[in-house]
Amino acid sequence: MGGWAGGSEESMPVRYIVARVVGSALMAVAATLVVFLVAHTVPADPILAQLGDKASANPELVARFRARWALDRPLWEQYGIFLGRLARGDLGESIASRRPVLDDIAQYAPATIELATLAAILTIAVGVPLGVLAAVKRDGWLDHAARLACLVGVSAPTFWLAFLVLAVFYGGLQIAPSPGRLDVGAVLPPHHTGLFLVDSLLAGDWVTFRSALAHMVLPAVVLAASTVGLITRTTRASMLETLSQDYVRTARAKGLAEGGVVRGHAVPNALIPVVTLGGLAYAELLAGTVLTETIFSWPGLGRYTYQSALALDFPAIMGVTLLVALVYLAMNFVVDLSYLYLDPRVVRQ
Amino acid sequence: MSAAARGRRRLTLGAGGALIILGWLAILAVGPGLAPYSYRQVDLVARLRPPSAEHYFGTDALGRDVFSRVLVGSRVSLPSGFAVVLVAAVFGTLYGGVAAYGGAKTEEAMMRVTDLFLSFPPLILAMAIAAALGIGVTNTIVAMAVVWWPKYARLSRSLVIVQRSLEYVEAAHALGHGAARTLLRHIVPNAIGPVVVLLALDVGNSMITFAGLSFLGLGVVPPTPEWGAMVSEGQVLIEQWWVSTFPGLAIFSVVVGFNFLGDALRDWLDPRARP
Repeated sequence: MGGWAGGSEESMPVRYIVARVVGSALMAVAATLVVFLVAHTVPADPILAQLGDKASANPELVARFRARWALDRPLWEQYGIFLGRLARGDLGESIASRRPVLDDIAQYAPATIELATLAAILTIAVGVPLGVLAAVKRDGWLDHAARLACLVGVSAPTFWLAFLVLAVFYGGLQIAPSPGRLDVGAVLPPHHTGLFLVDSLLAGDWVTFRSALAHMVLPAVVLAASTVGLITRTTRASMLETLSQDYVRTARAKGLAEGGVVRGHAVPNALIPVVTLGGLAYAELLAGTVLTETIFSWPGLGRYTYQSALALDFPAIMGVTLLVALVYLAMNFVVDLSYLYLDPRVVRQ
Repeated sequence: MSAAARGRRRLTLGAGGALIILGWLAILAVGPGLAPYSYRQVDLVARLRPPSAEHYFGTDALGRDVFSRVLVGSRVSLPSGFAVVLVAAVFGTLYGGVAAYGGAKTEEAMMRVTDLFLSFPPLILAMAIAAALGIGVTNTIVAMAVVWWPKYARLSRSLVIVQRSLEYVEAAHALGHGAARTLLRHIVPNAIGPVVVLLALDVGNSMITFAGLSFLGLGVVPPTPEWGAMVSEGQVLIEQWWVSTFPGLAIFSVVVGFNFLGDALRDWLDPRARP
């Protein structure tokens, strides 16, 4: 791994990075075009969609909206205005909250980031070891159980699973705390990052930390359930392929114990495709919060999206859509860059 | 475990999946005939009754029979999931096939468009489009199909590219067969396996997403008995667990059926993916 021997190859990583930066930037612009087209051409009546029932009955508001987005101009000109406002962080105004969409997003994002990150940690902590073991003990009981669990796991709708665990652990057994980030009436930790776990730690407030963590367990488990199967399967398939490679046979032939072969040679190489998928799975988790947060009354972006959808709050939905697409692209970019270190062969192609 | 034993176990799993699907298709066919009550019959006296001999799955907040609504709901949820995949698969496969045959520049441009669609999480983009189009089953299917086709385009392009360089395709060309004929008569039958696998696994996936959109209030107009919408109606009724549990179980069972079947089909039709 690493090491760029040979003069002619030295410019390779630079060229690779430049190509990735340009590619990602182009895709980001294209993503804004898709969101713009959906927002401005798909609705039967964009004014009604953007302003809502009440406001579109008010001629003054309608006139202001028309002027703002220059709705009588050609489409490409409208897109230019859209891009210009976007560059200044203007995603429009939410119909429901009457605030800039970006402010809403900034307010709700920390709760979602905290939840999705914990779910991602759970996914990796369960999925990777399970996938490795399933491959090493191929066709053993663990392999079969893992496979069946994955198949069943991806078949359960997230929103239904969320309801079930809540009904069982909160309603029935009463061992889980109420939905929400903290108990009703609890004092919020002093605001630094908006992440309750981090903020309560910074304040040295262990009671709040434990409460926040307890509230997070069920939604994080539900969220992780949808991605664990994917990571397990990918790890397993990649491990099986790696275990059949020549260098693994060589390592065995020179007398290395099987545990050393697996840990030292197979796992590091088998995890490369898992990294690719892991980046995308994280973005997928962010999207999955729409359903999970709704049931767990989690005041994050997901629930904000749900409420926006219910209210047909179009600017808000579009803002979140664009944001998640940009996160998706950013994750892809990070994954691509990680290949510089993980698998230099990819860069050379 | 021997290959034969593994094959038998796969067969059992696949057959089980197929049975579940056939069972649901039978319910779909005779649905309202089996339902003991009308799916829209409101009975405020019998609100939120737990499951009993009278109401197998209990009653919801309006006193409607959950069992009857789950049965009739199959007529909304199942066809919607099929419709999305059908539209997406036909369009995506043609798109990918054309891209693969279109020359380097066309191919590059066409596949960039699919990349773009794949850079949006399906649920979120479908939500945005569904919200823009307005609520209703047809609009939701359209919104989902718009985000659903790129994976078929990618798959069919890669399959055509692999097939194109094979000897029998060159032979067909040498015999003077045109591109369209070669594509339909030679390439499609040989490359169809992975597409069938994707189809089977994807129908369940699309049913979950459709139910999810319905759950979010973007699928059906009440009182249409759609499974996702029914789970949503009962989501705050933790004590009256049956209102949400049974419609959710219906979605779960259908999707398990398709995933079992798809998994078995993958082993059978797509030998390279064999574990």
